[in-house]
Amino acid sequence: MIQEILDKPGFRKGIVALSAFLILSALYQSLIGAPDAQGEPVTYRILYFHVPTAIMSYLGFFITFVGSILYLVRKDMRFDRWATAGAELGILFCTLMLLTGMIWGKQRWGAWWLWEPRLTTSMVLLVIYIGYMALRGMVENEATRARYAAVYGIIGFVDVPIVHYAIKMWGSIMHPVVIKGPTNPGMTFEMLIALRVSMFAFIVTFIMLYLLRLRVETLDAQIRKIRSDNS
Amino acid sequence: MSYLAGAYGIIWLAIFVYAFIIDRKVSRLEREIESLKK
Repeated sequence: MIQEILDKPGFRKGIVALSAFLILSALYQSLIGAPDAQGEPVTYRILYFHVPTAIMSYLGFFITFVGSILYLVRKDMRFDRWATAGAELGILFCTLMLLTGMIWGKQRWGAWWLWEPRLTTSMVLLVIYIGYMALRGMVENEATRARYAAVYGIIGFVDVPIVHYAIKMWGSIMHPVVIKGPTNPGMTFEMLIALRVSMFAFIVTFIMLYLLRLRVETLDAQIRKIRSDNS
Repeated sequence: MSYLAGAYGIIWLAIFVYAFIIDRKVSRLEREIESLKK
């Protein structure tokens, strides 16, 4: 039922249109709607896209984590496909988080890279999931690949909370903490609006990309089945 | 300003290129399924 809705061309066109509209709204809010930050150069506005990319990378890896657990419990290849699509999107957004962070860092710190806790654990996170995809490419047997990847996907997720709490655990005077808490957001109302619009745009874009990527996995599985039935 | 443009450009270019590549792959796989069914 849900799959039928997702496969409808109208649904796919709708989510692409919604994503495009929200991206334009997020660009407007982050460049024009949000005010300048006191004592910060204009590059502070990178945060409106840098923070959502970080959260989308967590989301991608969380889907891998959940898909991996479900695969080990149910032994259903559908969950393995969920996990693969999640890992690939997680890698995409984690790479974008690091790249935008580096650009921001170059302006703020005068260096492209610093070995401080948040950056280092984020780099480790990216390497872990590149390893996950490499593992998938190395194992021929479908069931064995899914089992190995599921175990790796569960263990690899341990780094996500480490990245998130790296600054609290080890401390860093270099990396800014944008959202300090629900009662003390550390931002003005207009800034929070811009960040929320941007976050919403990224969530819808993530869903669009995830459904597309999942469709690739599903079609691949169908092709393998048709070929094995024919031979 | 160039840092800001660079960061925004990288994000949306990467997302657009990724979506384009995946969409092309979906179309290719759909065609392959059609030809296998014939």
